[in-house]
Amino acid sequence: MPSEYRLILKYADEPGYTPDIECYLRHGGYDALKKALALQPKDLPDGAKRSGPEQIRQEVMASGLRGRGGAGFSCGLKWSFVDRKSGKPIYLICNADESEPGTFKDRQIIHKDPHQLIEGMIISCFANDVHLAYIYIRGEMPDGARLLNRALQEARAKNFLGKDILGNGYDLEMHVHRGAGAYICGEETGLIESLEGKRPYPRIKPPYFPAVLGLWMCPTIVNNVETLCNVKHIVAMGGTEFAKLGTPNNTGTRIVSLSGHVKKPGCYEIEVGRATIGQLIFDANFGGGLRDGRKLKAVIPGGSSAKVFKAGEKFKIKDKEVDMLDLPYDFDSLIQAGSMSGSSAIIVMDDSTDIVGALANIAEFYAHESCGQCTPCREGSLWMSKALHRLTHGEGRAQDADYLVKIADNIPGGRTICAFGEACAWPVQSFVAKFKDEFVDKGAADEERRAKKSKGAGPGMEMKLAASQQH
Amino acid sequence: MSFTVPANLEAEIDKLITHYPVKRAASLMVLHAIQEHFGWISQEAVEWTAKKLELQPINVYELVTFYPMLRQQPMGKYQIKVCRTLSCALGGAYELHKHFCEKLGLDAHAHGPQTTKDGKFTVEFVECLASCGTAPVMMVNDDFHEAVSHAKADEIVGRCK
Repeated sequence: MPSEYRLILKYADEPGYTPDIECYLRHGGYDALKKALALQPKDLPDGAKRSGPEQIRQEVMASGLRGRGGAGFSCGLKWSFVDRKSGKPIYLICNADESEPGTFKDRQIIHKDPHQLIEGMIISCFANDVHLAYIYIRGEMPDGARLLNRALQEARAKNFLGKDILGNGYDLEMHVHRGAGAYICGEETGLIESLEGKRPYPRIKPPYFPAVLGLWMCPTIVNNVETLCNVKHIVAMGGTEFAKLGTPNNTGTRIVSLSGHVKKPGCYEIEVGRATIGQLIFDANFGGGLRDGRKLKAVIPGGSSAKVFKAGEKFKIKDKEVDMLDLPYDFDSLIQAGSMSGSSAIIVMDDSTDIVGALANIAEFYAHESCGQCTPCREGSLWMSKALHRLTHGEGRAQDADYLVKIADNIPGGRTICAFGEACAWPVQSFVAKFKDEFVDKGAADEERRAKKSKGAGPGMEMKLAASQQH
Repeated sequence: MSFTVPANLEAEIDKLITHYPVKRAASLMVLHAIQEHFGWISQEAVEWTAKKLELQPINVYELVTFYPMLRQQPMGKYQIKVCRTLSCALGGAYELHKHFCEKLGLDAHAHGPQTTKDGKFTVEFVECLASCGTAPVMMVNDDFHEAVSHAKADEIVGRCK
């Protein structure tokens, strides 16, 4: 039976482990930073020299670390895109806007071990020649913001931040910036606009790739909380050693946020791909199974925008038929199965769930959170939510299932500036495709009930617009 | 009505502005500081902020109208925010919201924040609060509450004096 592998959350839940710097230092905190700052330039065979920061970047590349925020993009590659020749300052922003429904892993790190994040950030900043960094934390986490501010003060007092860090000559300042309740700020270019003090309207790419034209049109790195924590461990253990964790191309650990109808919801850190979806839901080490007497109905595997899996669904992966529950929980397998691990948030729904109601709930979220910049997304997300509201409030139609898919199909695929278009369409497309009967039946039942109530009023009713000719 | 920012708040705001090489970037943090002090962001507060940051009032006003956490009118002394999104909904968030509304004499079906007549409580649904493993969750002002049963909800309301 697989069990947890705690790298990031190693100490977080230990009794007596506190978020202050003294406790962190007692547990080997900031040793990786000292190691990073002490790296000596390396001579290469061709006579060139590789600086300490370059060596760290190379280790991150070798580690195979993929972004933990949602897209799963290679962190080393992201860093390699940074324009280092422009002469402009390079900024780093930690994306702590954790807001994909189902996800609550960054909250654990920020609340229980904030210094781990700060150490990871300082190392990442050093590796990328950054001298000013921000932590963009969502507005709904005021305690988290206070904890981070305190941790930053503590780090400054110990000279892990500020001028001439630990006598190395490297300067870095870091500030906490609070959002104010908008999901779209999790999108990196929206986040940058928000940090600049504007409405968080995502920017169009090209040309506004943050690595070249980011914060104040300067090269900018935006990384997720968990990703930045991983950088600390990569420096501590070495990139190749880190890459031995997990599975090929899916290296390291991931903190899985498990919620919904399981006995033991919570955050479970696993080696990527070393546990299946079924094990995460049913094993005693993880979710501990469904509530008594219930059967599994559906699983959303990567935050609410990921396409839903239906219980019993089978996929062909590498010519083998694999049940949904036997999919290894990693980046690649879930993509092959037509969904994604996204922000690694699993939402479990048992057979008591009204699937139409669940989709209505998700659609209402996206309708509320669309920034309104692009018409297909602004209008489409609201139409879908309105149709689903109707369907869950006795005003549905049998044709609503097809209507919903028609709207959803016309939002994504390059019609919008950012991936929110995909995020709001995917749940609708997948829920309706996989549970179509439930949507059609509900609409048909509503139509029938309305027809009875109004004694024949409905599609077949004879219309009478004016008094008859013969009196 | 004259709008006066006390000296200590202005000092805090001046310090926040130093965190950014461009003043405009401090907008959200300044608005948070103002809202924490006054409870909401008035037209005068928007104009004051714009002047402070060397912006046009519209540059600030467009933020106040966009971000759900920024308030354009005074709210109750205790703001109850119940998470509405999927995991919490699966864990009974709709029932919890209804429970608060019924207890405090508000309409569970009304859209948006609602405040009791005495101005003590505001109840509203908010989107995902990122603690889906302990559903249903809610906040009262800055305080976060997890796994809120109806009994726990009553206790929380009882503690609001």
